[in-house]
Amino acid sequence: MKVTIDGQEIEVEAGTTILQAARMIGGESVPPAMCYYSKLKGSGGKCRCCLVEVAKGSDADPRPMPKLMASCVTGCMDGMEINSKNSDRVREARQSVTEFLLINHPLDCPICDQAGECDLQDLSFEHGKSKTRFIEEKRTFEPEDIGPNIQLHMNRCILCQRCVQVADQLTDKRVHGVLDRGDHANISTCISKAIDNEFSGNMIDVCPVGALTDKTFRFKSRVWFNKPYNAHRECTTPGCCGKTTVWMFGDEIQRVTGRKDVYHEVEDFICNECRFDHKDPADWVIEGPRKFDKDSVINQNNYTQKLDTVHIDTEEGILKGREQDRKKISMPAIPLDKEEQEEFNNGNL
Amino acid sequence: MSKKILLDKINVPGIKTYEVYRQHGGYASVEKAMKSMTPDEVVEEVKKSGLRGRGGAGFPAGMKWSFIDKKSGKPRHLVCNADESEPGTFKDRYLMEFIPHLLIEGMITSSFALGANRSYIYIRGEYMWVYKILERAIAEAKAAGWLGKNILGTGYDLELHVHCGAGAYICGEETALIESLEGKRGNPRIKPPFPAVSGLWANPTVVNNVETIAAVPWIVNNSGDDYAKIGVGRSTGTKLISASGHVKNPGVYEIELGLSVDEFMNSDEYLGGMSSSRPLKALVPGGSSVPILPADLIFKTANGEDRLMTYESLSDGGFATGSMLGSGGFIVYDDTACIVRNTWNFSRFYHHESCGQCTPCREGTGWLEKVLWRIENGQGREEDIDLLWSIQSKIEGNTICPLGDAASWPVAAAIRHFREEFEYHIRFPERIKNRNHFVAEPFDKVRHLVSKQTV
Amino acid sequence: MERKHYEQEINMTETLMNRINELLSHYPEDKKKSALLPVLHEVQDAHDNWMSIELMDKVAEILGILPIEVYEVATFYTMYNLKPIGKYMFEFCQTSCCCLRGTEDLMDYTCEKLGVGIGETTADGLFEVRGVECLGACGYAPMLQLGDFYKEHLTKEKIDQLIADCRDNKIILHDK
Repeated sequence: MKVTIDGQEIEVEAGTTILQAARMIGGESVPPAMCYYSKLKGSGGKCRCCLVEVAKGSDADPRPMPKLMASCVTGCMDGMEINSKNSDRVREARQSVTEFLLINHPLDCPICDQAGECDLQDLSFEHGKSKTRFIEEKRTFEPEDIGPNIQLHMNRCILCQRCVQVADQLTDKRVHGVLDRGDHANISTCISKAIDNEFSGNMIDVCPVGALTDKTFRFKSRVWFNKPYNAHRECTTPGCCGKTTVWMFGDEIQRVTGRKDVYHEVEDFICNECRFDHKDPADWVIEGPRKFDKDSVINQNNYTQKLDTVHIDTEEGILKGREQDRKKISMPAIPLDKEEQEEFNNGNL
Repeated sequence: MSKKILLDKINVPGIKTYEVYRQHGGYASVEKAMKSMTPDEVVEEVKKSGLRGRGGAGFPAGMKWSFIDKKSGKPRHLVCNADESEPGTFKDRYLMEFIPHLLIEGMITSSFALGANRSYIYIRGEYMWVYKILERAIAEAKAAGWLGKNILGTGYDLELHVHCGAGAYICGEETALIESLEGKRGNPRIKPPFPAVSGLWANPTVVNNVETIAAVPWIVNNSGDDYAKIGVGRSTGTKLISASGHVKNPGVYEIELGLSVDEFMNSDEYLGGMSSSRPLKALVPGGSSVPILPADLIFKTANGEDRLMTYESLSDGGFATGSMLGSGGFIVYDDTACIVRNTWNFSRFYHHESCGQCTPCREGTGWLEKVLWRIENGQGREEDIDLLWSIQSKIEGNTICPLGDAASWPVAAAIRHFREEFEYHIRFPERIKNRNHFVAEPFDKVRHLVSKQTV
Repeated sequence: MERKHYEQEINMTETLMNRINELLSHYPEDKKKSALLPVLHEVQDAHDNWMSIELMDKVAEILGILPIEVYEVATFYTMYNLKPIGKYMFEFCQTSCCCLRGTEDLMDYTCEKLGVGIGETTADGLFEVRGVECLGACGYAPMLQLGDFYKEHLTKEKIDQLIADCRDNKIILHDK
């Protein structure tokens, strides 16, 4: 089957979705995806970030589709013509979805462990505005402790439901899910039960935002201060590939994650033992540096580019404040003595 | 007196019971269909009738039936959508409460046409007493041999059960209804696949509204052509209208499609005019989701033609000057009603009923409600009207299911036709403090203030 | 979200179990989960109109599904109560069509008469007033739901009578 996305043609097999076809082409036409995850069955269709315009349905039925379609769950048809980045309608829809995702988001990136590898940050960078039109109070949730390894921060959640699918598809007894409904729907165990399945840590990797983060890495570092390396170990957990990325600060392993590809999806799922229990470099065979896309902030502190020593140009005597301020706060009622006046004039008060 | 198809026997004493219903010709369509017709012939009659889905979307029922996948060999199901929850609509409840066997007869005949051996009626949980009525009616029908194994010796088996929901408007959407019937949260599914291919338990399924199914016995007993003779153009047959609001005689009425809105509103046979001497201000003709019409567009279309109770005439002029027949929830407003408050009320409803699955609806419905609440309570800003317009336009068309559209349309229509009322709320917050602010001082009396005020 | 825990005495009577088994028979053998919504209604009605975590766990066990699957459903639908509530719950429909006919004033009247706010239970645990969304009785407004039944065309006098009837134990909540 032949499909055309933003004027670029590609041959695909029947059953391929528009998003998959776009990823085969690569580049800027690839729609952003916040909920679709190729390794999780039944994912996608919810976040509405990947909407595209189908300008021609197929060779057999060339009518355009009236509504924008979620590319992650819409199958390709032979002769289909799709506009992604080329369409104003699509860009506008993605901007709308981004705005909707952000109105209730806490925007606490400065203290969020996901910052630097957050899909919502990327989405906002591409499709967001720096102004908000939302003046109401933001929605918040009572915190819930879901166990010793995983930190749940519900206020940041975008309800992609990937973590529920991980629990469904990788573990045998799911204990968390989506509770309540509408804009109060939340990820919860309902009874604050520890999520302790051997593969539960993958919830962290699939979470596109900072709603599920690694408790053992909490507030330890910013991700761009770490150097990521590919590493592996002989893992005895059935179903675990043992291939990971270890995030190092000096000689210390601060965090272990799955190996994420260019769409931030893990290549393979890993077990909790690999993720949480082996922070000693001696436990791992380090393969070499893990590469990231060229615009990623993670590259800022890595080994692929040489960075100059940072020199902060501090103004001489900055702590003493600016000249005009010093004048403003000087008190004529209590004049300085002569020596003090001289010091003051020299800016050394 | 116009033709009655669904409610012609509603006044027969005891029609609720099996015996009386049977004495008055009940279950004849089952006998006729099973003894003298093939399933495909029944489908053909329904197609010929032009019967359109009565739940709101108006999709031709016969065509929907013909989409069901018969090739895969999987078991098929018919599910009746009795989750009636669209504000302004209460017709299905009336039908089920007062003539339950009509629905059951329709379910048996329709299931036979579709080759379904296991069918369900999904009723909203709040209609618990109607649920019991249906359960008892099913038991009666079963005892009389209309359900179970080898019905009428034809070899056709059918099991019919009622299933109750538990308070979720979204379960009126057919795929959410199926999810709910499977014992899950009522999250609409992503389509395709459509239920006709993969519905209940991944089997081919048809979901039809109560009123649609209740029309089938008459079509089978008479003919599709006879049904198509009633009504106007593509709006064939009769329709139940639920009338509420400021009218003299609220209630459920069966009308022939093609009746004029004027006659329906003002004749004594139907609504009998307004409930008081206050003038008509606005009309929602098809349930809360459809656009509201201002007084000057109710009885006449923008072209000056008579507005009729048909799918086509009510939507004449598109959303600019028209609305929709929808589910037939006919809500009438006199000049004591505040359109801003009413729009806020509807927005609160959609905010409350959003399932939370997809972003634009989950976040957008709440945002709409909050902004409308501020305006209604005297904290609106001039830019809020454009903000509302923008939010609704960003929800519409971008969601998984039609709830997003349903939440957007009433807001858009209110701004389109009643913008001045929004401006009045924003510019004169002290005059709208009382929630019944238009009772003593209707908007027409203060409209001149809005134009004087420049901002 | 952290939830408060409430204790409840669980009593799966024979009548209740028989009804549950009857409901289960409405669905294919391997689709027991489908019976979840009707079963929850029955279980709730038999337990003072609310369900604790333990009670929901019991339902999960009967249907052979995970407890979280029950919690997900019970929190989605508004008719399930997950904490103790007043015996007579006056659920006023507060959607537009009912408001046009004076629901809001009637709710204020009821709250004042009972001395509670909306969503609150009276001190004796007998009454609770709630505003709910459209109940499908728009033409018979104002109205409220009490147990399995609707009370329609309400007036202040009818509310007074209803409250008196509840106090006199004359009201049947469920049709079993």
